[in-house]
Amino acid sequence: MDFAFDLLQTMIKGLLTGMVYSLMALGLTVIFGVMRVVNFAHGEMMVVAMYLTVFAFGVLGIDPVVALIPVAGILFLFGYGLQRIVINRFINVPEHMQFILMLAIAIILVNACLMLAGPDAQGVQLDYSLDSFEIGSLLLDKVRVYAAAGSLLIAFTLFLFFSRTRTGKAIRAAADNYTGALVVGLDVKRLYAITFGIGAACVGAAGVLTVMIVQVQPFLSVEYTLLAFTIVIIGGLGSLRGAIAGGLLIGLSEAVAGFLLDPSLKSVFSFGLLILVLLVRPQGLFGRAP
Amino acid sequence: MRDIAPSIRQRLFGEIPRRGWIGLAVLGIGLLLTPWIEPDFVPLMVLIFYFAYVGQAWNIMMGFAGQLSLGHSLYVGLGAYAAAIFYIKTGIGPWAGLFLAIALATAVGGLIGYLGFRFAITGVYFALLTIAFAEFCRILFDHLQFFGGSGGLYLKVENRQENDLFNLRGSPTMFYYVMLSLVALALALCRWLLSGRLGHYWLAIREDPEAAQAIGINVFRYKMYAVLLSSGMTALGGVFIAFYYNNLYPEQTFSMGRSIELLLGPIIGGIGTLFGPILGSALLVLVGEGMTDVTEAWQLPGLKQILYGMAVLLIVLFLPGGVWPWIARHLGLVKTGDGK
Repeated sequence: MDFAFDLLQTMIKGLLTGMVYSLMALGLTVIFGVMRVVNFAHGEMMVVAMYLTVFAFGVLGIDPVVALIPVAGILFLFGYGLQRIVINRFINVPEHMQFILMLAIAIILVNACLMLAGPDAQGVQLDYSLDSFEIGSLLLDKVRVYAAAGSLLIAFTLFLFFSRTRTGKAIRAAADNYTGALVVGLDVKRLYAITFGIGAACVGAAGVLTVMIVQVQPFLSVEYTLLAFTIVIIGGLGSLRGAIAGGLLIGLSEAVAGFLLDPSLKSVFSFGLLILVLLVRPQGLFGRAP
Repeated sequence: MRDIAPSIRQRLFGEIPRRGWIGLAVLGIGLLLTPWIEPDFVPLMVLIFYFAYVGQAWNIMMGFAGQLSLGHSLYVGLGAYAAAIFYIKTGIGPWAGLFLAIALATAVGGLIGYLGFRFAITGVYFALLTIAFAEFCRILFDHLQFFGGSGGLYLKVENRQENDLFNLRGSPTMFYYVMLSLVALALALCRWLLSGRLGHYWLAIREDPEAAQAIGINVFRYKMYAVLLSSGMTALGGVFIAFYYNNLYPEQTFSMGRSIELLLGPIIGGIGTLFGPILGSALLVLVGEGMTDVTEAWQLPGLKQILYGMAVLLIVLFLPGGVWPWIARHLGLVKTGDGK
């Protein structure tokens, strides 16, 4: 009975973490879905946002929950500018050139973090860090619940943006048919920049929420990039629903693998799952067949 | 009956203009003499040769056959671990162990290729598949105590006064010549392959797989050849680097950072060209080393990598074809735009 209870507790914890993963993956999938650019600097952007949050908390005394909006805003501007100035020239080049470009950006970002913040792990020590909600006899960490709720809210807003607003619809149009979008007079360059900004803002928000749970180190970035990719491929590159489902699935599988086996083996399951999905259903669980 | 197929000599040496010959000769003699003239350069040059060699191997898959692998550290690691453990357990040197290394790496490479190509996984998805396998092995080796686990695997460092080529224990200068020969052999092999049927099939597949299939090329088979050759050659590089550095850690050997490191050379130098991987590796190692000297004075960790990232960024922005085709054009080594 105790075992089953612990397992349940672990699974809920995994799902809560998974929601933050979903938000991170949403950023990646939005960027790929719209402009077919593979953002290999995704984890690096996440780490930048985490450091911004640590800075806001440590120096300015701003609670991460409050810092969510300004940090996401900064990341939006960063993504917007990056797309406008650099990436836009790389929309129609072969994939490997895009890859190397994003890689260069990733190297610059992560080492800028290293240079400014140093190699040691840093985190935010909130006065409610150790509090938890009690539901029956289940204990849920307060920060994890906040992070999951924040992710859910942002994801929901994103869905509304893409389905209800003019800009959101225009972006979807540009994603569906590039030439068509140009023909009907959409400013595709601007839409692309907005999309990249949104993607960066999503992963930025995920970074803010994640740093409430774990400490940040520069070289976590590679892990997050791979994690985001795993999730997005499992869910289906370019699919919003897929990113959500994939995030929850990976959050759950990591938690269960860590609980049943060994925490260091958790990513074996994720990568195993990734290989399986690539072979059985390469377009992902929710992706459209190519 | 007249033989119309070009001879091996023609395939290797045909169409090289005179100044190409002069350049090659000067470079070759210079490289052979370097350990005498400037012994301080040797460790740096070994590093350049290593990256040039594995870069050449990676280039077969990406540059020739058009299959992007982001997990080549997997083959380096498998080769390194296989030969190292063979030497530790049996005491028999790497010249025997390298067969084990190549067999293991080509088996895994073949598996990845088979799965990828059979299930029609291409582009980003294929690249992700290669990363996934590399990461999988990284974590696996972290937990295999037989291979030293996460604590690492060490080769005994013996007295380096005498070079033991048979067991590959010796001074950096010995490794210098071993790695230089590898680079030269790989270059000759690639040149020979590219000028033949196989090379032309690869280029056709790279440019347009469907058209290649339509004219009767067995795309699956030739892609497999590329993966098998590339993984085997890369494993060989892993064997020598293991015996050079004498220690292996799964966290480093199989890391994605290592995979990226080894493909930067060919990308900077020029994907799909023969001299690109060599030139690119030399540039990266030398520029990196130069930056170390500059940035050490300022005591800022990471600054070197930032400048490094900027250099890569500038190259992809302004010389997207790589540095070698640009140089070759300016030296008049090629008539058209292709830099061979």
